[in-house]
Amino acid sequence: MVSGPVVRARPANGFSMNEMVEVGPEKLVGEVIGLDSELATIQVFEDTTGLRPGTPVRGQGLPLFVELGPGLVGEIFDGIQRPLKELRQQWGDFIHRGNIGTALDRERLWPFTPLVETGSQVTPGQKLGRIPESRGVDHFLLVPPGIRGTLRRIAASGEYTIEEVVAEVETEDGGLLPLQLYHRWPVRKLRPAGRRLLPAEPLITGQRVIDTFFPLAKGGTAAIPGGFGTGKTITQHQLSKWADADIIVYIGCGERGNEMTGVLVDFPRLLDPKSGHPLIERTILIANTSDMPVAAREASIYTGITIAEYYRDMGYDVALMADSTSRWAEALREISGRLEEMPAEEGFPAYLASRLAAFYERGGQVTTLGGERGSVTLIGAVSPPGGDFSEPVTMHTKRFVQCFWALDKELASARYFPAINYLQSYSAYGQRVAGWWGERVGGEWNSLRMEAMEVLQEDARLQNIVKLLGEEALPDDQRRIIESARLIKEDFLQQSAFDPVDTYAGPDKQYLLLGVIMHFIRRLRDIVEARIPLYQAMDLEVVAELHRAKFTWKGDDPQPFSELRTRIDQAMDAILRRQAEPDHTAIIGEEKL
Amino acid sequence: MSKTVDRHQDLRLAGPELEYRGIDSISGPLVVIRGVRDVGFAERVEVTGPDGAVRQGRVLSVSEEAAIIEVFQGTSGLSQPGSRVRFTGRPFEFMVSAAEVLGRIFGGLGQPLDGGPAPFRGEPRNINGYPINPVARAYPRDFIQTGISAIDGMNTLVRGQKLPIFSGSGLPHNRLAAQIVRQARLPGEQEGFAIVFGAMGVRHDEAEEFRRSFEESGVLKNVVMFLNLADDSTVERLITPRIALTVAEYLAFEEGMHVLVILTDMTNYCEALREVATSKGEVPSRKGYPGYLYSDLASIYERAGRLTGRPGSVTQIPILTMPDDDITHPIPDLTGYITEGQIVLERTLAQKDVYPPINVLPSLSRLMSDGIGEKRTREDHRNLSSQLYAAYARARQVQRLAAIVGAEELSPTDKRYLTFARAFEQRFLAQEEDEDRTIADTLDLGWELVMLLPPQELTRVREEEVEKYGRSHGKTADTGNKEQPAAP
Repeated sequence: MVSGPVVRARPANGFSMNEMVEVGPEKLVGEVIGLDSELATIQVFEDTTGLRPGTPVRGQGLPLFVELGPGLVGEIFDGIQRPLKELRQQWGDFIHRGNIGTALDRERLWPFTPLVETGSQVTPGQKLGRIPESRGVDHFLLVPPGIRGTLRRIAASGEYTIEEVVAEVETEDGGLLPLQLYHRWPVRKLRPAGRRLLPAEPLITGQRVIDTFFPLAKGGTAAIPGGFGTGKTITQHQLSKWADADIIVYIGCGERGNEMTGVLVDFPRLLDPKSGHPLIERTILIANTSDMPVAAREASIYTGITIAEYYRDMGYDVALMADSTSRWAEALREISGRLEEMPAEEGFPAYLASRLAAFYERGGQVTTLGGERGSVTLIGAVSPPGGDFSEPVTMHTKRFVQCFWALDKELASARYFPAINYLQSYSAYGQRVAGWWGERVGGEWNSLRMEAMEVLQEDARLQNIVKLLGEEALPDDQRRIIESARLIKEDFLQQSAFDPVDTYAGPDKQYLLLGVIMHFIRRLRDIVEARIPLYQAMDLEVVAELHRAKFTWKGDDPQPFSELRTRIDQAMDAILRRQAEPDHTAIIGEEKL
Repeated sequence: MSKTVDRHQDLRLAGPELEYRGIDSISGPLVVIRGVRDVGFAERVEVTGPDGAVRQGRVLSVSEEAAIIEVFQGTSGLSQPGSRVRFTGRPFEFMVSAAEVLGRIFGGLGQPLDGGPAPFRGEPRNINGYPINPVARAYPRDFIQTGISAIDGMNTLVRGQKLPIFSGSGLPHNRLAAQIVRQARLPGEQEGFAIVFGAMGVRHDEAEEFRRSFEESGVLKNVVMFLNLADDSTVERLITPRIALTVAEYLAFEEGMHVLVILTDMTNYCEALREVATSKGEVPSRKGYPGYLYSDLASIYERAGRLTGRPGSVTQIPILTMPDDDITHPIPDLTGYITEGQIVLERTLAQKDVYPPINVLPSLSRLMSDGIGEKRTREDHRNLSSQLYAAYARARQVQRLAAIVGAEELSPTDKRYLTFARAFEQRFLAQEEDEDRTIADTLDLGWELVMLLPPQELTRVREEEVEKYGRSHGKTADTGNKEQPAAP
């Protein structure tokens, strides 16, 4: 039977669950997702037009797998790891169907340097050889999980294709295991690691609202929910550009084709602030755009995370962005619907929550089998229908992530970006990463952000009154809060992704900038306490300087910030002095323009 | 590198042509035939009733026992024993060649309505198209001037974009679309262009209005129209946009033309999809629409863009009416997630007699930031539009506040915002249906309006820009500020 991407077939040789199959003469790729006494249910990752009953289906004897080896970095694959650049060479500008061979280039020669001598004892996860994969990334040949024994042979330094056997390990039971530069790994099986660690080091993203207010830790999990047009994709792109991870895996899952094109255009030009090499040299792209077959959308998430785990096992910090997990959940729903399963909430299958949990649990910071530290940080965009966060995907995701960056339609429509709502968002890592900030950046980090947060919360309370009565109705000590909050919002939280300076703010800049803003806010209190009209302070030239600070300085030099702080003090002191001298009384009651 | 579509790929879909007599059951638009052999999924079917009329259909699902077929022209008149079903062994296809389609009018299934012959010279193309390889796409960056300030200034359209109009019943979306068609052009360029118009369930007079508008502006010879009108079969609407886009892709990527595709009304399309899904007894998701509504809409909207190394482009302007003006309804909601922004029409603006009643706040053009700025539009465009957004958002809050406390109680700054809001709606948003503003006019007008605000409120524009564009182009507003420059 054929119905959309779901095919039921009578197995010829007995299939196993999750086995990869080839359907028909074009060898369409599919996966067994259900078995009963007579029929196997198969989801086909490609267009099924023209498939007819009687078409042969061949089992591959392997579960759905990805190829892991050098040649992943800088490449773009579809949801089942077909290389899209190669696909274009073969088929032209449009994607057709059918099997075109392999994910990794079989011809390319890779320079290989052995790291272990013949005859040594090797253990699982140990690095046997180094392969420079890009300027920024060294790839390592690892002893596979569960294998220990004696290294009987290792190739000399030189150039090899991924299919050549470069090492042989004599296992404890006496077998001889040949190792190539690549291997296959089932996508739905998590790659084993050693101990899980508690994430405590921040993943610096250069985005102030995230790093300072709702920080993410290396090995942490985060969700970005938001209705359409609130900037999920821009935020994901900003994170993939500036996050201080070693490897970025970006999964465009059911999203626009032009977005992937945008990444392909931008990333080779932009430089990683840490290494100075083009961003593309640390990035792996998985694209299942919304017009590609839906079953491969379900697979794309697993393809991506398996690749992420593979680099984690080499001791790297990997950040994985999935945009959007809602499309993945909808793919689950679509397949589930075709299988005529009993739906739970809003037509989603009952196993939605457990699938989401299993996905987010694949993130984390671990000691690798080889004894190093590695991490996979997961950042999933969520696209709630109608921007309603009470829908199943957002709700369940919230249960499994530690960071929640809620995007807000109202902020977005005033073009306030990033449109992260600071009242609805949260991060469980704030206290855990405070130690790192205190040690590396500045001792006041935690108290500064708490103080700023208090101002924002107080402001939110006052805004309810302002909505009814107008700002004019408030006394000066309350208007002070409103003005202070405005400074934090406009001069710290708002950040332009398109401004060359503002697009990235390092930890030092964030600390210095917030420091000087909070200093001004504290001095504002002195003004109000001295019963001087607020506008006198707000009209000062230093306020304009505060507005410009984020666009002007990169934060590598603390000098301009401390100078601005001095000028703030001078200006404020001047106002206070004038108040003290009766001759120069300001004209009270004059309307601020 | 960019070779044309491999024809063999299509031929592999082909199976034998088979004809069966008799139908087992009929329910709504679906018919079931048992005991068929060698029928492929999604292949095209012709169903002939006892009356001799041939109806087009498509295989929705097939098993060894039976095939389920959706019939596009409806099943009325079919009888179980007296009908014949011919399986063509091929997917739904449309013959395309530029000479045979430009200036023509076809029905919703591609049958000629203008008395001319059906196209036969071109090559048959699968109307479902193929996904564009993201590697082959060229990022859209070329600014299209529509002459409409709310679009050019604040939600800029670029070539290869898909930018829908979210409207409501009774709002002037058709007039707006017609105006865009008349005025849209790349500043300083006269290349081959074409307009593909796909109508799903629109009224006769609406279709006629569009035709007349094309005729009056003298573009009719570059227009291809596909009309499924309100009294035509609903299921046929599932095919109409796909044929339209097949033609558009051909004109753009084979003939090198810049194609503007207008699809109206997508709400009718989605309702047809729901109708078929319900007849099949599928599990519904939100509001009875099938769970695959997103994927299905994406298979239409994603057929826009540019390809590297090919001259043409497909720009899509789908129009949809939001049921009950509700932007969170599944149709606008899912559309907004797929398309590169949206132009939102608002009833309260229309009631104030503002044409076009575009509410810029929920509107968005995702590709705007890459299509504007120095060398594209003007260096001040980005900051100015950001300032207009911020100011109008604040002005709307002030309007709400004024409704509660009365305009008299507002602070002087807030009063300025009220003035700004009025000017923005009446002068910037509102324009005549034949008024074609250049981008420079639009931006100068924008400056004139922001200069109505006190200088310290202009936080998103640079001082140099205020100096260069605001003070020189903007009329001197009476800001009561001592910083007013003396007239040179």
